[in-house]
Amino acid sequence: MTAEDIKAGGRPASETAGGRPAGAAAGGRPVGETAGGRPVGRVRFMDAQRVNLDGFAVADAELGLVAMRSPYDPEPGLVIRDGRVTEMDGVPEERFDSLDAYIARHGIDLTVAEEAMSLPDVEFARRLVSPDVPRSEIVRLSAGATPAKLARVLALLRPPELCQAMTKMRARRTPSNQAHVTNRLDDPLLLAADSATAAAFGFREVETTVPVLADAPSNAVACLIGAAVGAQGVLIQCSVEEALELELGMRGLTSYAETISLYGTEQVFTDGDDTPWSKAFLTSAYASRGMKMRVSSGAGAEVLMAGAERKSMLFLESRCVALARAIGAQGVQNGGIDGASVAASVPSGLRELMSENLMVMMRNLESCSGNDALMSESDMRRTSRTLPIVLAGSDFMFSGFGSIQRYDNMFGPSNFNAEDIDDFLAMQRDWGVDGGLRTVPEDRIAELRREAAQLCRAVYQHLGLADFTEDHVARAVDAAGSKDLGETDTLAVVAAAQAIRDGGITVVDVVAALDETGYESVAERILAMTAERLAGDYLQTSAIFDEQLRVLSLVTDPNDYAGPGTGFEPGPRRQAEIDAIRQARGVADLRAEQAAAAVPLLAVAGPAGPGREAAPGQDPREVVIGVSPAVGRDVWRCLSGLSVPEVLTELLAGLEEEGCTGRVVRFNDTVDLGRIGLAAARLAGSGIGIGLQGKGTALIHRRDLAPLANLELYSVAPAVTRELYRLLGANAARHAKGGTPDPARNPYTDEAIEARYHTTVISLMALERAWVKPDAPAEELSLEGLR
Amino acid sequence: MSEVRALSGRPVGELTLEAVRQGEIGLEDLRIHPQTLERQAAIAEQHANLQLAENLRRAAELTRLGDEEVLAIYAALRPGRATPAELTALADSLAGRGLPRCAALVAEAAEVYARRGLSA
Repeated sequence: MTAEDIKAGGRPASETAGGRPAGAAAGGRPVGETAGGRPVGRVRFMDAQRVNLDGFAVADAELGLVAMRSPYDPEPGLVIRDGRVTEMDGVPEERFDSLDAYIARHGIDLTVAEEAMSLPDVEFARRLVSPDVPRSEIVRLSAGATPAKLARVLALLRPPELCQAMTKMRARRTPSNQAHVTNRLDDPLLLAADSATAAAFGFREVETTVPVLADAPSNAVACLIGAAVGAQGVLIQCSVEEALELELGMRGLTSYAETISLYGTEQVFTDGDDTPWSKAFLTSAYASRGMKMRVSSGAGAEVLMAGAERKSMLFLESRCVALARAIGAQGVQNGGIDGASVAASVPSGLRELMSENLMVMMRNLESCSGNDALMSESDMRRTSRTLPIVLAGSDFMFSGFGSIQRYDNMFGPSNFNAEDIDDFLAMQRDWGVDGGLRTVPEDRIAELRREAAQLCRAVYQHLGLADFTEDHVARAVDAAGSKDLGETDTLAVVAAAQAIRDGGITVVDVVAALDETGYESVAERILAMTAERLAGDYLQTSAIFDEQLRVLSLVTDPNDYAGPGTGFEPGPRRQAEIDAIRQARGVADLRAEQAAAAVPLLAVAGPAGPGREAAPGQDPREVVIGVSPAVGRDVWRCLSGLSVPEVLTELLAGLEEEGCTGRVVRFNDTVDLGRIGLAAARLAGSGIGIGLQGKGTALIHRRDLAPLANLELYSVAPAVTRELYRLLGANAARHAKGGTPDPARNPYTDEAIEARYHTTVISLMALERAWVKPDAPAEELSLEGLR
Repeated sequence: MSEVRALSGRPVGELTLEAVRQGEIGLEDLRIHPQTLERQAAIAEQHANLQLAENLRRAAELTRLGDEEVLAIYAALRPGRATPAELTALADSLAGRGLPRCAALVAEAAEVYARRGLSA
């Protein structure tokens, strides 16, 4: 949407500005409004930019609206008597709330606490950043640090230091990524197709959820089937209320859970209807059923519940992470999550979000690093929020990249969504980093989506869950989102989900159904994963399966970063995958495209002059159009999309309109347009020449000018139209007649025209260069078919 | 390392498509074995995470309880659900049935809940 659209869309900037606390504080005027009334145009224009739809808050420690440090945050401290913590972060044992009590009893390694707590914050921070201090040493020290201590240390790190520390502290060497797969209708065939797509793109976890709770079992089954079609070893989660989530896991339909929320104050924790002990028990309950599990926390949750107790977001999150470690969770999903935009509204908010993830890594836990809530209407701000984490690398860059479109994301839009997949793939390639995704050829996407939707339909039919039509399959395969499905029977989904739940359908039933309907290989895949889970290796910190079903975790794939030349680097195959985005073009691609545009025109009519000397024409109304060496050979289409013969036709028509004649001469000794134009002018009876490169750049030259001078120039070849080429021809004729025409203007565009065409230009020039022979004479080309 | 078995005792290697076709695979064949969890606990301990190890050992104990009982204990531990006496009785019952780590967790909750007003 452009700024104009925003105004037209009924959300004028003044309206949003009125809601901005900062603007309101400055005397009750909308931002940008002067005392005299309407702000000047420059300010109105700035107001209309999308970033001004975001809310920005004045930091306010009283409300907990403060990122890195509140004046009410406690001083770090720890008193240990007789092997027991009797005071922590300024609070004596008898005043411990339930979070303090749990952390003090289970979350601090007392054997290292004295050393860690007495280490000056700056020294701790330096060791955290230094590649010379191994990860294990930071893990050892952090285990003895209180929440206030870690918050103080992290507040010292500047953004590049956060990146450096994250690169070192991530538990798993190989980074990866998680996808959200949901839709507004809980449509199983679309879920299956989209899970297959997500798995093919490289996501190693698929998280689904439901707009209608009762649909949950159906979503789990659909995603299970779809992901298995897309790739082996993708973990599935169905995020719903605990009892149902646990039940789906126990039946083997899902394989991990992550929405077990922790909060940083006792009040909010209790409002969430849990305690550290209930969460600790739940953590064990998941493990007892062989399910991988991580907890969720993140800045802003306490502020939104008006329960931050005047503490900074970083300190409260430090309590959550200490508690996550204390209860024995293997990992944490944090970095804002639902409250990401609260953190983003205050100064240094993004630093705080990244610090949360780093803190998890320091506590030797898996980091599922947020980026799963759209934190800004501004593409620049949301990219700014995510990019440092992608550069540093995390166990999961996103705790849910919306692999589906924004409108279908039932968690709410993620910070990156289907709209952004190509952008993300380009970002990976730009920086040469592994963000966990890869390009999938378009026919492969179609094939996988068809297989996934068909298998899902077959399983639902075989198990008596639902009868979907072949037409529904076809629509799910082609759909870019649920709005493309047309009318569907949502009641059938509820019924199918009910049947799965009541019928006690397990992963074995799904496997059997796949086998019996003829999809043995996918049945084998799901069964192999089910068996692998029983080994329990994936319960370890940061565990994922790779596509060969090997577990990659803190145990099997530990991060060994120790500065340049160490740690994770994509292998040659993976690097090639990252580099080979579908939009990349080489000279061979371009040669083929140009060859497809070739027509039997522009044959050589003869030498441009006797011998090697060009013979100037005698007619004072003759203008020569000089073309570059590959014209009529390898280059047939200009950057504008017009064919070279079409352009020549227009130039000739323009000349004729003004009573001049033209001939076309190919110069074979240079690709330089100035030299081509000048040489053409010297051949012309009028002394006026037009130079045209195959890519469409054109100019008017005169025989007495220096090569780099010219009379008129179209330098922006992609934007030149037929009409403009005709005008150039007409103007050349006017010059030939001794007139001084109004020069044709370059069409102007504010698009990234160079970004779009430079690679093509490089390839086209390579094609031109290949035909250059320094001594080759110019040739006259046939005008047949150009009139 | 001995062969991994499911809770049912069936070796994981027998979890084959053929066994599925014969209808031999039940829910207990999909459940993790407590010895597996104990083994993973030892690995977590070696990798500097004693708390994860403790969690996995509590989990090993919980493999002996049915789903409904597990969910019932979770419910009892939520704030305001159980009296301190009820929690203490639950802890004793768990200890008596050979789940000492889970018992200790519940006993500790009973103590802290009473002090912080989190019990019924």
